[in-house]
Amino acid sequence: MKGLPVTCDGVVFRYGPDAAPMRFDCTFAPRTITAVMGPSGSGKSTLLSLIAGFERAESGHILIGGDDITGKAPGNRPVSCVFQDNNLFAHLDAGTNVALGISPALKRSAEDEARVAQALEAVDLAGYGARMPGSMSGGERQRVAIARALVRERPVLLLDEAFGSLGPALRESMLDLVADLQRRTAMTVVMVSHDPADARRIATDLVFLKDGTVGAQGPVSELLNGHANAEVNAYLGSQRLPS
Amino acid sequence: MLAALCLVAVGALVVQAGGAGGAGAVLTDPVVWRIVRFTLWQAFWSTVLSVGLALPVAIAITRMADGPVRRAVLALFALPLALPQIVAVLGVVALYGQRGFVTGLAERAGFDPPSIYGLTGILIAHTFFNLPLAARIMHGALALVPAEYERLSAQLGMGALARFRLIEWPAMRPAAAGAAALVFMLCVTSFAVVLILGGGPRATTLEVALYQALTFDFDIVRAVVLTLLQLAVTIGAVALFAFAGGSVEAGMTISAGASRRFAGDRPAGAILGGALTLMAVLYVGAPFVAILASGLASDLTDLIVQPRVRRAMLTSLGLGLCAAALAVGLAYALSRGAAEMAAGRRFSGRPAFTETVLTSAPSLILVVPPIVIAAGWFIALRTVTNVYDAAPYLVITVNAAMAMPFAARLIHPAMLAAEERNGRLCAHLGLAGMARWRLVTWPVLRAPLVAALAFALALSLGDLGVIALFGSEQVQTMPYLIMQRMGAYRTQDAAGLALILMVMTMALMLAAEHFARRSRTMVTEGSSE
Repeated sequence: MKGLPVTCDGVVFRYGPDAAPMRFDCTFAPRTITAVMGPSGSGKSTLLSLIAGFERAESGHILIGGDDITGKAPGNRPVSCVFQDNNLFAHLDAGTNVALGISPALKRSAEDEARVAQALEAVDLAGYGARMPGSMSGGERQRVAIARALVRERPVLLLDEAFGSLGPALRESMLDLVADLQRRTAMTVVMVSHDPADARRIATDLVFLKDGTVGAQGPVSELLNGHANAEVNAYLGSQRLPS
Repeated sequence: MLAALCLVAVGALVVQAGGAGGAGAVLTDPVVWRIVRFTLWQAFWSTVLSVGLALPVAIAITRMADGPVRRAVLALFALPLALPQIVAVLGVVALYGQRGFVTGLAERAGFDPPSIYGLTGILIAHTFFNLPLAARIMHGALALVPAEYERLSAQLGMGALARFRLIEWPAMRPAAAGAAALVFMLCVTSFAVVLILGGGPRATTLEVALYQALTFDFDIVRAVVLTLLQLAVTIGAVALFAFAGGSVEAGMTISAGASRRFAGDRPAGAILGGALTLMAVLYVGAPFVAILASGLASDLTDLIVQPRVRRAMLTSLGLGLCAAALAVGLAYALSRGAAEMAAGRRFSGRPAFTETVLTSAPSLILVVPPIVIAAGWFIALRTVTNVYDAAPYLVITVNAAMAMPFAARLIHPAMLAAEERNGRLCAHLGLAGMARWRLVTWPVLRAPLVAALAFALALSLGDLGVIALFGSEQVQTMPYLIMQRMGAYRTQDAAGLALILMVMTMALMLAAEHFARRSRTMVTEGSSE
């Protein structure tokens, strides 16, 4: 499950015939964590949906590890997603939700059970297999979603504001968990976030979006040090320097 | 008021039953028990067919990409709800009757289709009404599934079967139970369909037998016993469904939601779903086309100039408008009370008993069907006055009671949402009384109120239950006139009148749909941030 690079090459997308076209040209380096930032409506979630295959590009190509996946079905792409909400099927217990990552028709062997337990342990939820999502906290539910991404063993992990609704301390511990798992599995992580602190904490690179295009991309250390381009600084406001 | 309406009716029946000695004789009559059996039997099969066929159709519609096609299908599926039963039956006969279009096709293909009169025809008509209703109810439940689930299932690579088992079925199971309960209730109390397509001793339901006892045989004792049996059946059914966990009220919404779906690419599934939906669309749409065709073939201009027809139209509209206004007024008052109590308990959790009564009162009419109320009053008034003089008042009140649950379903959610969203803000700004009504309440509730009015009017225009008992030379509505012309074998006239009535009700239904959708966007706007 070694990470693969993700490249968007002239990817054009519109939400409707009258909507303004978005155009994405960017690269996510393999085996690193890249943050995607930008104002509301700049196309952050759209970009992730295009990579995951939930939306179809009008033109252009999306490459993962040199493979053109532009026309592939979501299930055949080497990616896993974690959304902000509704990552777990509420009527299935945590273990079953994770097991769906191994077999979408839920055919489970003893070996699979062991893998599910292992994945839950990796996200500090050992023994939570029989719990229902409704009885878990928001942070716990997101951990289960990450555990499912682990058993899927896809080389690319997309986080769409996955920790956006969590409190500061919980959020930091989730980010650290992602960073830790990324180090161990060497997957490529693309993370949409509002908060520059998230990017500074775990990301190496940054892609900055504005009005449906890529406004800037480069190392976090260069873009978030207060000397980047004016658009990025305008978006960051008082937080353009690390606190 | 509603309760009084029912209580008097039921009270009259019980008094009559107590006073009459022949009740025992009726109860031991094997014909009566055959009628009870047939009533349940046809309702059972109608439910199985409607809900069973609606299940895959609902899934196919939900999996369809959102767009004009899906919206058109959903709009078409809303129409039968307001189509007068007698009109629909004429359409069904034109298609599947002895000289019907489909019958002709089947005969040419070498089949020998069964006669439409009897169980076959009743099931065809009931499926026409209830398949689309059940499909919309279940689609409504599926549309509430978070969009992420669909994305996840695609990413995890679930097949159609796994998707059904793991996501769709759990999401639609309660709605399917609710739909089944509602369809069963509607079919157990079905009147016009059975009156025309059944009727013989082999295919009669309690309601039709009751009507025949009152009009042809004038056998009051028998009518009383039949009414009480009908009540026992509906109450038993409701109790059973409550026990099984399905709710009869679930299906009374008009406008179904729509959301941006990601268009999955499962060609095989899409083709199968498309074919299924197409078949359902043809099945539901065909009677409308048949009514249009046979109506246009009649002499419409000649019909319109007949004073009798024009009087029936005016009577229908007048009675319908009164009934609709009454229904909306009552529904408004009940919703208002319930919404205020809901706002009052904001921090204390459980709804109080009175609030529950207020929210569930409109559905009482499902337990005590219109014709039972009408029969009760018919029997009660018979001794006091000329029953036919009372016709207009009874038509209005019973039709209003009939339309009220639907009106309440439209008004109540909008009222609750408005109260929830604006109540505190109004209190904070000191906005009250007329100013609040003009600035806050009316703009929010205008659309649902108009929708409820249009829908209630459409329902009243098409009702045959009460007028069948109380109609006379003096008071005739459109459905009554159609029935008369059919009885006199003036099929052409009936077809023309049916077309007129269909155009009237469908125009109202489309207006109701339009306003219901507007009300939904008004309610949901701003709550998504």
